[in-house]
Amino acid sequence: MVVILGGSLAAACAAPGSGNAQPTAAASSAPALSSAPTCGTEPVTMKGYFETGFPIAKALTDEFTKQHPNVTFDIREDQFAVITQNAPRVLADDPPDLMRLPQVSELVKNNLLKNLDEYAKVFGWDKWPPSQLQQMRMAPGGAVRGEGSLYAMGLNFSMTGVFYNKKLAAQIGMTTPPATLADLDAAMAKAKEAGLAPIAQFNGGATGGLAFPLQDLMASYGPAAPINDWIFQKPGATIDTPTNLQATQHLEKWIKAGYFWKDVNAVDYATMMSRFMKGDGLFMFNGDWESGNLDKQMPGDVGFFLMPPVQAGGKQAAMSAPLTFGVGANAKNADCAATFLDWVATDTQARTIGVQIGGSHPMGPADAPMPPIAPGTVTESTLAAGAKIAEDNGSMDFIANATGAIYAKSWTPNLQKLVGGEQTPEGLLKSVQADYVSQVKGG
Amino acid sequence: MKAAVKRRSGSRWAGWLFVLPAAAFYVVFVIQPLAMTVQYSLYSWDGIGVATWNGVQNYLRVFTDPDLFAAILNAIKLIAFFSAVPVVLGLAIAATIRRIAASRLALVARTVIFLPQVIPLVAAGITWSWLLSSTGLVNQLLSYIGLEGITRAWLGDFSTALPAVGVIGAWVLLGLCTLLLLAGMSKIDPALYEAARLDGAGPLREFVSITLPSLRQEIGVCVTVTVVAALASFDIVYISTQGGPGNASMVPGLEIYYLAFSEREVGLASALAVVLTVLVIACALPIQWLTRDRSS
Repeated sequence: MVVILGGSLAAACAAPGSGNAQPTAAASSAPALSSAPTCGTEPVTMKGYFETGFPIAKALTDEFTKQHPNVTFDIREDQFAVITQNAPRVLADDPPDLMRLPQVSELVKNNLLKNLDEYAKVFGWDKWPPSQLQQMRMAPGGAVRGEGSLYAMGLNFSMTGVFYNKKLAAQIGMTTPPATLADLDAAMAKAKEAGLAPIAQFNGGATGGLAFPLQDLMASYGPAAPINDWIFQKPGATIDTPTNLQATQHLEKWIKAGYFWKDVNAVDYATMMSRFMKGDGLFMFNGDWESGNLDKQMPGDVGFFLMPPVQAGGKQAAMSAPLTFGVGANAKNADCAATFLDWVATDTQARTIGVQIGGSHPMGPADAPMPPIAPGTVTESTLAAGAKIAEDNGSMDFIANATGAIYAKSWTPNLQKLVGGEQTPEGLLKSVQADYVSQVKGG
Repeated sequence: MKAAVKRRSGSRWAGWLFVLPAAAFYVVFVIQPLAMTVQYSLYSWDGIGVATWNGVQNYLRVFTDPDLFAAILNAIKLIAFFSAVPVVLGLAIAATIRRIAASRLALVARTVIFLPQVIPLVAAGITWSWLLSSTGLVNQLLSYIGLEGITRAWLGDFSTALPAVGVIGAWVLLGLCTLLLLAGMSKIDPALYEAARLDGAGPLREFVSITLPSLRQEIGVCVTVTVVAALASFDIVYISTQGGPGNASMVPGLEIYYLAFSEREVGLASALAVVLTVLVIACALPIQWLTRDRSS
C-alpha cells in the first residue's frame, strides 16, 4: 500500500502535461513534395473520425472506395460537441488520418494538426478563391487565424442567410425578398399584425441562436472585414464598435416588438426546425445545410435570401464556413488523406455528392463544373447566394468561432439575457469583448 | 511459545494482505485522482500542452469571479428543493403509507413513489423538459384551470429556471427518501405505539414523540444524500437547461465540466472541484454528527 501510494504521488508530482508526447517540429511542418501524392496500389485502411448526423463524409468515402478499391475507411462517429471536447486527446493519442475538426486555433498551438501547405502547392489548392481557405489558415504559433499556413480543408462550404415560408409571405403580400433592412422590418411588422410569428429562431440551452440574426445585422450595418479580424483574433480587434452597437440595438428592437417566439430562450435547434416546417414562423435565420431537408419537407414552399443591406444595392455579407476536416500531425496515411481531400473538390462525382447530400457549395476552383440542380429549389437559391457573396467579398466566419468557449460561455448567456431584458445592447458587447480578451490571453 | 508468537505476527500481516486489494483500488481510483485534482488546481493548463505554475490564483478566481461564485450560490439554493422538500414530504408520505400498510394500496403507492429513482436521470430530465415547455402539460393544465396568465417556458425563464430544476430534483429524490424512512418505520417496536395510544396520544402526537425520534438515523442518511445531490448536481441541469438562460441555473458541477472540456482551463476547473469537494464535506460532516445515534 505504501509503495502504491508513494508511486502514485511521485507520478502526480511532475507538472501536468509535460509527459505528453509533443510532435516534433519536423512532423508538423510540411515535407517538401515534388509531385502530387496518391493512395498507391497497396491496400490502405484510413482511420476516420466524423460527425454524426452529417452523411456527406460517409457518402464521399464510399464513393472514393468505389473508385480506389485499395482504400478502405475505418470510421468512428461522434456528436460535434463530443468531437470538440475530445479533439486534442484523440489527435495526441490516436491520430486519425481524416478528422472532422472543431475550431483549430488550440489544436495548431499544440502541434496536433498536419501543416497542409505542401499539399496545397502540389495540388494547386492555392489557386482557388482565397476566401475558401482563409478560415483554415493560421499564423505561426497559432496566434492569429485567417493568414499563414493551411491546417485544414473543407469538404464543401456552407452559406447562411434568411429562409422564408412562401405561403405565409403570400398572406402578408410579400412577393419578392426584402431589398433593404427597412423592407425586412416592414414585412416582420405586417406578419406580427396578421398574427403570424415573424421569426423562427432558437436561443435555448447552451446554443444562443440569436447570434445568427445578430451577426447578419452587424453585416448590414457595417463591413464584414472587421468582424473577421475579431474572429481571427487579430491583435487589437474589438466587437464593441458603433455599427455593431446599432446592430445589437436593432436586434433588441425585434425582441421588444415580439418578433421572436415568447419562449425563444427555451427553444433548441431541433424544435425551431420542426416548428418552422409546421408553418410557425415567417423568417428563419439559418444555413444551407438545411436546403436539402427543406426541399424535401416543404417542396416549393421555402425561399432563401441573403440578409438585405441598410441601403438598397449595398454590399452583402454572410456567415460562410467550410465543413472542416484535418489530418493528424502523426497520422499514418497523410498522403492518402490529402489525395482524398483534393479528390472531393475536383472529382465530378464527388462534387455532385457535395451538393446533393451536403446541400452546400463544393470547394475547388471557381470555374469547376457544378452538378445540375432542380430549378426553383432552395438549394438553387442558396448556391446562387454564394456567387453574390464572393462578388461582394462578404464571406464571414461565425462570431461563435472566435474562441473555443466564446459561444457557450459568452454569446449565449448574454443573448439570453438580452431576450429576458436583463442585458442592454451596450452591456452585451462590452461583456462579450471582456470575455474574449480574457479567453484570448488565457488560451 | 515461540511458535505462537510467530503465528500471531504472521496473522497480523495476513490481515493487511486481505485489505491490500481494496486499498490498492481505493488509492488508484480515489486518492490518486483527488491528489491530482489538487495538484492541477495549482497550475494553469489547457489539458494538452505544458502546464505553468499558478499558485493560488485559480482559487482567488473561484471566489472573485461573479459567475463562478453565483454557481456555488445556486447549488446552495437547490438544497431547499433537493433536500428539504423530499425529506419533509417523504416523512408525511411514509407515515401515511405505514398507516395503510396492510392494504394493497400501500404497495401501489410505494411503487409509484419509488419509480422516479429507477428512471435514469437523463430520461427524467428529458421528460420534465417536455412537461415544462411552453406547450407542455404543466402549461396546458394551468390554462385549463384559468391560470393562462402565469404560463411560460418554465426552464427558459430567468426567474423560474432554477426552481424548475429544483422541482425535477425533488421529484427524483422523493422516492428514495420515502423508501428509506418507510424502512426505518417498520423497525419501530409496535408496542411503543400501542402504549402511546393507551395514554391517549393522537396520530400527530405519535408521529412527533415516537416516529420522528426513532428515525433520527434514517433522516440523517436522507439529508446527507440529498444535500450532496444538490451540491454536486449535474445531470438534471445539463439535460434540462444546460445552465441557462444566461447562467440563471448554472451549478458548480456543470461549470467544472464547461471549464475543463470547453474552455480548457483545467487548472481553474480543478480549483472549483476542490472547493466543491470541501463544501460537500463541510455540509455532510455536521449532518452526520447531529444525527448519529447517541445511545451507541
